[in-house]
Amino acid sequence: MGDPFGLIGQWLMDLVTGWGMQPVAALTLLRFLGAAILATVLLLVCFLLIVAERKLLGRFQDRYGPNRVGPWGVFQTVADFVKLIGKEIVVPDGIDKPVYWLAPLLVVMSVVGIWAVVPFAPGFLGTDLNVGILYIVSVGAIGTLGIIMAGWSSNNKFALLGAFRAVAQLVSYEIPMVLTLLVPTMLAGSMGIAAIVEAQKDMWFITAAPLAALVFLISSVAENGRAPFDLMEGESEIVAGFNIEYGGLAFGMFYVGEFLHAFTVGVLFSTLFLGGWQGPGAEQFPLLGLVYFFAKAFVVWFITVWIRGSFPRVRIDQLLSLNWKFLTPLALLIVSLTAVVDKLAVEQGWSRILALLAANGALFVGTMAVLGAYGRSVRLREERLRATAGGLSTGIAR
Amino acid sequence: MHDPWVFVAFLLPIGLLLPAVAVLMGILLGPRKPNAIKGTTYECGIETVGETWVQFRASYYIFALIFVVFDVEAVFLFPWAVAYQQMQLYMVLEGVLFLLILAAGLLYAWRKGALEWV
Amino acid sequence: MTVLQIVFLVTGFVTLLAGVMVVASPKLVHAALWLIVSLAGVAVLFVLLNANFLAVVQVVVYIGAIAILIIFAVMLTRRVMADTGPTHNPSWWLALISALVLLGGLLALILQVPAFAQAGPTAQPAADSGLSDLGTALVDVNRFLLPFEVASVLLLAALIGAMAIARPADAAEEGGE
Repeated sequence: MGDPFGLIGQWLMDLVTGWGMQPVAALTLLRFLGAAILATVLLLVCFLLIVAERKLLGRFQDRYGPNRVGPWGVFQTVADFVKLIGKEIVVPDGIDKPVYWLAPLLVVMSVVGIWAVVPFAPGFLGTDLNVGILYIVSVGAIGTLGIIMAGWSSNNKFALLGAFRAVAQLVSYEIPMVLTLLVPTMLAGSMGIAAIVEAQKDMWFITAAPLAALVFLISSVAENGRAPFDLMEGESEIVAGFNIEYGGLAFGMFYVGEFLHAFTVGVLFSTLFLGGWQGPGAEQFPLLGLVYFFAKAFVVWFITVWIRGSFPRVRIDQLLSLNWKFLTPLALLIVSLTAVVDKLAVEQGWSRILALLAANGALFVGTMAVLGAYGRSVRLREERLRATAGGLSTGIAR
Repeated sequence: MHDPWVFVAFLLPIGLLLPAVAVLMGILLGPRKPNAIKGTTYECGIETVGETWVQFRASYYIFALIFVVFDVEAVFLFPWAVAYQQMQLYMVLEGVLFLLILAAGLLYAWRKGALEWV
Repeated sequence: MTVLQIVFLVTGFVTLLAGVMVVASPKLVHAALWLIVSLAGVAVLFVLLNANFLAVVQVVVYIGAIAILIIFAVMLTRRVMADTGPTHNPSWWLALISALVLLGGLLALILQVPAFAQAGPTAQPAADSGLSDLGTALVDVNRFLLPFEVASVLLLAALIGAMAIARPADAAEEGGE
């Protein structure tokens, strides 16, 4: 089985040029078709993803997930979609109409756009941009814009407040994400995603930069707005935040955007740190590369759902402290350390991977020590406060 | 030359169009029964008082400012990271110096209490 | 008319139109959004010039950071929905004349440079090696090292200055007391 994707691509090209089109126009037409198919497949895959996530969450919470509609409940999202279509989109008065309707579209566009640079298999990708990583960051920034547009156009105080807090969260967590993205760029010597996957032929980047991978995962989950960072839509707190005034399928688009983004996080992590489509035999059989790609993406996606089902929501001040006082300094240290150690290892002739692992390990131990000391000081302070308060109330001096 | 961007130029508008079609389906297929109460702003069931505005909190703006500075810094570092493999140690250290100057800025912000969500 | 030229003309027109709408929008928040359209148009122009890195940097920094900052500033200091005001001032014709004179002067100066006076696109550097060259140039002692490090000091100054100005007033008073 040679190269099925190349074969299909060649067959399509021959077919279209056979109809009398110029090669350039034919290529453009095929690209358009590819983009259309990619976007459609992504939005359709969401149907399955949402059900899978709900069943997984159900199992984490010791209950069945949806299991009525279809075998094992797989058609649940279809049923939800049909229901949402039939709902009236209650449009409040005084909204800013063009901005209001554009916002959910921008949010979905920002997630779908990321998939343009993701390599599914050797030679099978949307486009090989040489600035792929920054392209991903830039397209993600458009989603942030969509959220703030949704919040303010709704003519609703809660929506505006929710949008502000959501943007504060998204914008803050973008920094450790972008900083840790420097690490695969350094290790691969290129910003192009295909080049990064190629560079992981011998060793996945997670072995060279485990801490960077961890920080990237945490900040990606926070960028996505999933628990424990799901303040953006905390139902008990701010009543759905920026999408209060969106009903029916307009809300459905925000929902779809969020779940697709969750899977995209898995895909990005597995591409940048777990080697994407790399695996035994992937070079010869690209179809195998596709299988590896999806398997890794699903494992990481499962981990994010696991995290979602296990942790309570954090407060906004805890959220921002975690980012600016922990993740950002840690990311800065990770980048500096990786840069210096890797160059030293190459120059001195040590084994690169071992040196990097040692550096990461040392940084990890140091971070745990600092966190432990901080935790201890907070606990001591609280005990002292409780002791004095207790002493005052019972008259016993300590 | 601009080859890589053609796919993106197709994917982004299609990504904008598909949800537009979905929302349009919702508008066309769903009932439309607007009335005065439904049109009011949602505020947990009580009447809205006053215009829509957000209390000015310096925290929002300060976090956005700090984000801008670090974003520009990160973007400066990307070419350095791309050229990393061809660099010598002193060049790497110069990039790390760039990073550490801004880390000092973050530390300053921390100590001055600008990172508190007041 | 090649496809490239058509795309350039459309993008240029959209960018300029958005620029005009920034000034002419009655609502301040709409003006911020038109600014974003204008910045996106500039990003597309960078793509047409084969400057991939600059295009994505434009989106990441300008649209993703600065535009959001501007929107925050506008929304935090104004009553959002009811914010309308006069969009013209009586001497707009004077502004138009001075802008046209400035444009004419700049064009005359630019066309003096022989490289710009040629018609048609000149050869552009390959996009692939450019980024790596930029990276080494930034830390090369003979080239851009000093501006690179000065940029970081400038960013530090901006950070400290912004915090000095934007910090809550009560904290500043407590500190000064």
